[in-house]
Amino acid sequence: MAKKLREVDVVLVGFGWTASVIAQELTDAGADVLALERGGWRDTVPDFSVTHIQDELRYAVRKQIFEETQRSTLGFRNRPDQLALPMRELGSFMPAAGVGGAGVHWNGQNWRFLPSDFVLRTHNEQRYGKRAIPADMTIQDWGITYEQLEPYYDKWEYLCGISGKAGNIGGKIQPGGNPFEGPRRREYPLPPLKRSAATMLFDKAARDVGFHPFPAPAANTSQPYLNSLGVQMGQCTFCGYCEWFGCANYSKASPQTTIFPVLLKKDNFSFRTHCSVTRVLTDSDGKRATGVAYVDRDGNEYIQPAQMVVLCAFAHHNVHLLLVSKIGTPYDPKSQTGVVGRNYAYQVSSSVNVTCKERLNPFMGAGALGQVVDDFNGDNFDHTGKGFIGGGYIALWNTGGRPILQEYLPKGTPKWGAGWKKALHEDYLYSTHMQCHGAMMAYRNNYLDLDPTYTDDYGNPLLRLTFDFYDNEHAMSKFLTDRATDIAKAIPNRGINPKPREGHYSIIPYQTTHNTGGAAMGNDPRTSFVNPFLQSWDVPNLWVMGSTVFPQNPGYNPTGTVGALAFWAADAMKRYIRNPQPLVQT
Amino acid sequence: MLGVLLLVSAGAAIAAVQVYAPKRSDQTWSDIQTGRYLARAGDCESCHTAHGGKPFAGGRAVPTPFGVIYSTNITPDPGTGIGAWNEDDFWRAMHFGIRRDGERLYPAFPYPWFTRMTRGDVDAVKAYLDTVKPVRQLNRQPELGWPFSMRSALAVWDKLYLHSGQFQPDPRRSTAWNRGAYLVEGLGHCGACHTSKNFMGAVDRNHPMQGGFAEHVFAPNLGVGERDGLSGWTKADIVEYLATGSNRYTTAAGPMAEVVQASTQYLKQSDLDAIALYLKSLQGPSPETPKAPTEDTMREGQALYVDDCAGCHMDQGQGVANAFPPLRASSAVQAAQPQTLIAVILEGARSPATSAKPTGLTMPAFDGKLDDAEVAALTTYVRNAWGNRGGEVSKADVAKLRKTMASEPQ
Repeated sequence: MAKKLREVDVVLVGFGWTASVIAQELTDAGADVLALERGGWRDTVPDFSVTHIQDELRYAVRKQIFEETQRSTLGFRNRPDQLALPMRELGSFMPAAGVGGAGVHWNGQNWRFLPSDFVLRTHNEQRYGKRAIPADMTIQDWGITYEQLEPYYDKWEYLCGISGKAGNIGGKIQPGGNPFEGPRRREYPLPPLKRSAATMLFDKAARDVGFHPFPAPAANTSQPYLNSLGVQMGQCTFCGYCEWFGCANYSKASPQTTIFPVLLKKDNFSFRTHCSVTRVLTDSDGKRATGVAYVDRDGNEYIQPAQMVVLCAFAHHNVHLLLVSKIGTPYDPKSQTGVVGRNYAYQVSSSVNVTCKERLNPFMGAGALGQVVDDFNGDNFDHTGKGFIGGGYIALWNTGGRPILQEYLPKGTPKWGAGWKKALHEDYLYSTHMQCHGAMMAYRNNYLDLDPTYTDDYGNPLLRLTFDFYDNEHAMSKFLTDRATDIAKAIPNRGINPKPREGHYSIIPYQTTHNTGGAAMGNDPRTSFVNPFLQSWDVPNLWVMGSTVFPQNPGYNPTGTVGALAFWAADAMKRYIRNPQPLVQT
Repeated sequence: MLGVLLLVSAGAAIAAVQVYAPKRSDQTWSDIQTGRYLARAGDCESCHTAHGGKPFAGGRAVPTPFGVIYSTNITPDPGTGIGAWNEDDFWRAMHFGIRRDGERLYPAFPYPWFTRMTRGDVDAVKAYLDTVKPVRQLNRQPELGWPFSMRSALAVWDKLYLHSGQFQPDPRRSTAWNRGAYLVEGLGHCGACHTSKNFMGAVDRNHPMQGGFAEHVFAPNLGVGERDGLSGWTKADIVEYLATGSNRYTTAAGPMAEVVQASTQYLKQSDLDAIALYLKSLQGPSPETPKAPTEDTMREGQALYVDDCAGCHMDQGQGVANAFPPLRASSAVQAAQPQTLIAVILEGARSPATSAKPTGLTMPAFDGKLDDAEVAALTTYVRNAWGNRGGEVSKADVAKLRKTMASEPQ
């Protein structure tokens, strides 16, 4: 029998980035907020200490700080006519488990989406005609504009201490920044990180072939920073252990390094770890969330009543929770009705390895130390006759030069043995790679639903992912990889090895942890689960955060927009608390 | 009009106190607030609260060279706290170190300092303590060997070492200086750590605030001293340190981090200024020039420093403004005794999380990574690099401290 607990104003499912932002904002507004986290407590010291964090085998290879598939996984197939099998090992993506979520182990590659990304269907139909969008491509507008989100992007960037160079302040193009970005109100809080040898080679080569390179915006601090909450951050040391590691130096933005010192001191905030939320509870007519049910580590069941429920877990888990809680209409690809699970998307990445003539010392890196061209992202270029819409950035990321997984050796290098050792010895210090980071459109048959065969520890059906790449993605990826190869050729080199993304999506090799969609935001309740304020159309005191609400996935890393949307939604929640009504009437 | 309002609100407050708190005294709201401020300035709560325990209910282990003493319950619980004490009882404890039942208190309770307080301030502290939440929690007996276990022996100690008597202002000095002296020498009991003690645990009255041991770490000289004292600090530096937990020279660590977080950050600007003024008037110990360490030790220490420390404290020990403390020109680093630095390396340190600097940046413990010889070389290097001078630290020094720390109650 589940134990019923004292009611709180707001319960947050998960305690990562979005939960931390919502908690900080709503506790400031006077609400009593509780976060429930399935993983454990983690902090810079002792969990990410310099004394042990740089252990690639433990963290990157054995995946110490990610979710365990034994406990939580999903079924996967490419097409609806296939049998989905459970993902038994992490591969393509690495969801986190533990306080801070993926905000602990991300690289810090922090972007704003393009203004045209938010009106994707309208924009492309206007510029290229309705026929440019295939019938099974279910892309849609977001229901908000870049201009509406801009103040919240700004708020997020000043929370995190983003290092970068503005390319467009108030409509005025700034030399040295990204000339394609939407107008921003002011400069980044910190100047760009110092450049590495590889990023400078990229910069020169990209200019030589006529593109517009700029330093990538980084949630790695280029200087000591005092953030908008008065929290102190240290300066990045370029240790090269961002991706898949916690930061030992207080220099990568995470909930721990930007919000917790203020949030955790508040009397009206609390959190509980090792609590797996299994249901969102609703009243008898399903119009109001009454709280959540959760199970602790010892198997004890609890009911946590709340005035508001906010889903802040990883994209998959938010959708899974909605489906098992029978909230909203599940998406059906045959009839193309329903919204929960609809428009799942991902990222289309490819790469080009370069063995340079110049020595690079790649081990001096930072997660978001990179030089980027945005000439081929979104609709920054004319797609006429290209056979695809959308695009992506091309970047040389100098995230690090870790010994096991970060060596970009020439084509044909043996995987082990004397030949591999020889190549490593001769080429490691000269090797780098470029990443093409492409958009993923939404499709009728790319979706999430409940698996009919497999169940999890709590007896719930597993989530089932049906997903593949389509012609648009293959054409776009080839185009981006070719442009990256153009840049690579302009770098003095001893060899180039392009690795385009071809064939079906595979869940095995790592690509990105940019899983999006399943509870899209939008203006139309028939095609979106939440309204433009991230409030459920069906259950107005239920809100969904994170990339779960992306209607499709643009060609950037999602965290910047996830953070901005959390601030945007928090403002709407404050209005809702004063007057608990749907913020958009249907 | 304002006066009337204040009277009305004070009246309401008294009514509230009388209803919800055990009746102890007829103090007014403003007396209680004064007492609350003074209780913070004296950092009563830190010692009188066990780790994870209820505020003011006691039970915190205080290690002394003679054994472990446990702080007592000073909540107004009548049976186990001091709820049954009246102002005279409380005054006797604060001023003479004598309990309500006539037994003597151990001087781990800083009555040798509190004796300087005025009767009015002592009464105000009592008025405040009467309003905290009563907790029923029995006091734990001290764990002391004979003869220290005999409280009657303390009469001898008090006779030898207790110089009771309220603070006497020095008419030649300013009001601010006298206020600073009153806070430092009285309620603040700074000398309990920062003044050296003899074999009986009594402070060296001839060398006040010139450095002393606080549990296993060394509380540095607060007087004149180019290397190990406050000569380089301006009054503003002292104020910033006490108010926020750090300044351009250093960040509070260990017991002092706790003092800043629980006590000094709450002091009024005028009191902080007064303390700074007083500290800047103190004498220092006679300067010594320690012998320079060997080149081999410095080389080994530097290699360890580059590997383990330079990421935050930077290659020249300059630290990172607004984040990590400098080690160059730091008085704590160059203190007469190296134990503070060794302890920070072994067990790590958390900077105070104050309202001005809420972050609580934390250094990890290196006890599992570095052995005694490595810690010795590293400590020696840090104490002698970049113009620092602090003498050589031996492997035995580190081993001894490691052992002491392991044996101390948590």
